[in-house]
Amino acid sequence: MHIVTITKSTPDTAAPVEVDAAGNVTWGDAPVVVNPWDEYAIEEALRLREAHGGSVTVISVGPELDNDALKHGVAMGCDAPLRIWDDALDGADAFGLARAAAAAIAQMGDVALVITGKEAVDVNTDALHLGLARALGWPALTFVSRIVEIDPEARTITIERLIEEGRQVVASRLPAVLSVVKDINEPRYPSFKGVRIAARTEIPVRSLADLGLSGDEVGGAAARTRRTAIYNPPQEAAALELIAAGSAAEAASLLVDKLIAEGVV
Amino acid sequence: MSVFVLIEQFNGRAAPVSWEALGAAQQLAEAVGGPVTAVVFGHNVGDMAQAAFAHGADDVLLADHATLASYRLEPYAALLAGLVEAHKPRVVVAGATTRGRDVLGSAAFDVGAGLLADVTALDVADGAIQATRPVYAGKLLSTEVSAADVTFITVRARAFQAPEPDPGRRAEPVTVSPVLSEDEIVTKEARFEGAAGGVSLTDAAIIVSGGRAVGSPEGFAPLHALADVLGAAVGATRAAVDAGYIPYAHQVGQTGKVVSPDLYIACGISGAIQHQAGMRTAKVIVAINKDPDAPIFKLARYGIVGDLFEIVPALTQAFRAKLGR
Ligand SMILES: Cc1cc2nc3c(=O)[nH]c(=O)nc-3n(C[C@H](O)[C@H](O)[C@H](O)COP(=O)(O)OP(=O)(O)OC[C@H]3O[C@@H](n4cnc5c(N)ncnc54)[C@H](O)[C@@H]3O)c2cc1C
Ligand SMILES: Nc1ncnc2c1ncn2[C@@H]1O[C@H](COP(=O)(O)O)[C@@H](O)[C@H]1O
Repeated sequence: MHIVTITKSTPDTAAPVEVDAAGNVTWGDAPVVVNPWDEYAIEEALRLREAHGGSVTVISVGPELDNDALKHGVAMGCDAPLRIWDDALDGADAFGLARAAAAAIAQMGDVALVITGKEAVDVNTDALHLGLARALGWPALTFVSRIVEIDPEARTITIERLIEEGRQVVASRLPAVLSVVKDINEPRYPSFKGVRIAARTEIPVRSLADLGLSGDEVGGAAARTRRTAIYNPPQEAAALELIAAGSAAEAASLLVDKLIAEGVV
Repeated sequence: MSVFVLIEQFNGRAAPVSWEALGAAQQLAEAVGGPVTAVVFGHNVGDMAQAAFAHGADDVLLADHATLASYRLEPYAALLAGLVEAHKPRVVVAGATTRGRDVLGSAAFDVGAGLLADVTALDVADGAIQATRPVYAGKLLSTEVSAADVTFITVRARAFQAPEPDPGRRAEPVTVSPVLSEDEIVTKEARFEGAAGGVSLTDAAIIVSGGRAVGSPEGFAPLHALADVLGAAVGATRAAVDAGYIPYAHQVGQTGKVVSPDLYIACGISGAIQHQAGMRTAKVIVAINKDPDAPIFKLARYGIVGDLFEIVPALTQAFRAKLGR
C-alpha cells in the first residue's frame, strides 16, 4: 500500500513568535520543527506500512525551510521525501497548495491513502486536506482518532472520528484522505540510524511545470484570500492580585467575592 | 445579496456557536445589505428552522432528509455548494466546529470561495470584509480579506454575540432537497458513541482545568465537584492527559482545544506556552499553584499560592455558600 503523508515546517512551539519592525514574522534563533499535528500523521502512515507493507512518501509544498520537516519524516522512517516548490507559489492559499499536492499524488498513480495532520499550527486554516480530497475526488475523513479496520485488498477503511459530541465510526472506500488528531497514537522519536539516513537524503524538488500546473491556476495570483496585516496582539497586563489569607477557606472566600464582583460567575 | 449562516444541530440540539454565527451574519448583513438566510440540514429538524427564525433569521432553507440524519461531510458539503451556486450569497458563516470547518472548507473549494477560518472579529471597510484570525497559536493576529465573489467564514466559539431569541417570531422555511442520493455517498456511519456529556469545553463560560499536579484520575474529583457547582466544563493540560488522568477530549492548548471562557480556573498548571495557546484569551484567569514562580501567574488576574487539594474544595464550599447552590 502506497501511503502519502504531507507536512510542513513550523516554528518550535515554545518559540516567541513576533512581528518585527519591518513587518516580518520572526522567531529569533529558535529552530523550526515538523508541524506538531503532522507527527501523528507520519506515525500512523508508518504503522500502516509496518502492518500491511508498502511505502510512505512524505510531501511538503513549500520553500527550502520545509526540508527540515521532510528530513524529520525520513528520520522517523518515511521512504521517500518530495518537495513541491515554485516561486509562483509564493502567496498561494491552502487551496492552491492543495491542488499542487493533489497533482503530485495523482502522478504517483498508486496512492491508497493520504494522511495529514489536523491543522498547521502556524496558519491553521484547517483546509488543505479538504481541498486535497476535493481535487483528487476522494472522500475526506477528518478528526480521525483511530483506524478501526483497513483492508487494502478490498479497498475499504473504517475509522473513528473524535468530534464534539463523541466518537463517530465511519466506513469508507479507499483511496481516501485522512486528517488525524493527537489521540490516534504516540509518535516515535527518530532513531539514530534514521537521522543518519535523513542527513544523507537528497530531497527532490518538483516545480509547477513538472506537475502540469501554472502559477495562474494555483499560485499567489490565484489565491482567493489575502493577508493585509499581521501584528502582535495588544498586551493587556493581567495585573495579578495574589490572594493571601491565613487558611484555604479564608482565601477561597475572598476569591469568590472578587469573582462574583467581576460578574464572571 | 444574502448572507448565509449554517445552523448546526446534533440530535436536534443546536450548537451554541451557530447562534453566535447568526449574530456575526447579522452584523455583516447590516454592513453589506441583504437578508440573513439560515441553512438547516438534518432529519426531523423542523424545530431547528423555527429556532433560526426565533434568533432573527430572515429566511430559512431547510433540507430535511434521511441522508442528512447523521452528519457526513459529503452530502452536507455538496448540498451547501449547490445552495450557494443557486442563491449566490455574498457570505457564508458557520461556527468553527469540527462540522463547520469541514463543510465550509470542502464546499469553499468547490464553489471558488475565499475561506477565512477560525475568525474572532469581523469588520467591513468600503464594502470589503476584513477578518481577524489568531495565527501561530494565538501569538499573532492576522487580518485577511477574500478576493472571491463569495466569502466563507468560520467563527470561533464565544467570539461573537448570539442574538436574544424571540420564540414568538415564526415563519415558513423554504424546503430544499439533498444533492446526493444515498447510493452516491461513499461514507457510511457505522455507529456513534456519545461522550460522557457535560458542558462542551469550547462553549463553556467557565472552565476548571487541572494539570499534572492533580496526580491521578481520582484527583480530578474535586475539580469535577467545583465544575458542577459552577456549571463549568473540565479542562486539562497535556501532561494530565498523557499521564492518563483524563481523556484527550479535555485537553486545552496548542495540540488540544482553544477555549475562551469568561473564567478559567487553572489548578496545578505551570502555564507552559503550549497550554497558554489554548486559554490565553480567557477573560479572567485564576491560578492555583504551589509554586509562586510558576509562569501561569504572569497570565492570571487572581492567584492563590497553595495546595490545590486544599484550595479547590474550599472554593467549592465558598461558591456553594455564596451562590446558594
Ligand atoms: C508540540 C507540543 C505541543 C504541546 N501541546 C500542549 C497542549 O495542547 N496543552 C498543554 O497543556 N500542553 C501542551 N504541551 C506540553 C507543555 O509544554 C507542558 O509540558 C504542559 O502544559 C505541562 O502541564 P502541567 O502544567 O500540567 O505540568 P507541569 O508543568 O509539571 O506543572 C505542574 C504544576 O503544578 C504545580 N503543583 C504541583 N503540586 C501542586 C499542588 N498540590 N497544588 C498546586 N499546584 C501544584 C507545580 O508547581 C507546577 O507548576 C505541548 C508540548 C509540545 C512540545
Ligand atoms: N505547505 C504544506 N505542505 C504540505 N502539507 C501541508 C502544508 N500546509 C499544511 N499541510 C498539511 O495540511 C494539514 C492542514 O493544514 P492547514 O490547512 O494549513 O491548517 C496540516 O496538518 C499538514 O498536514
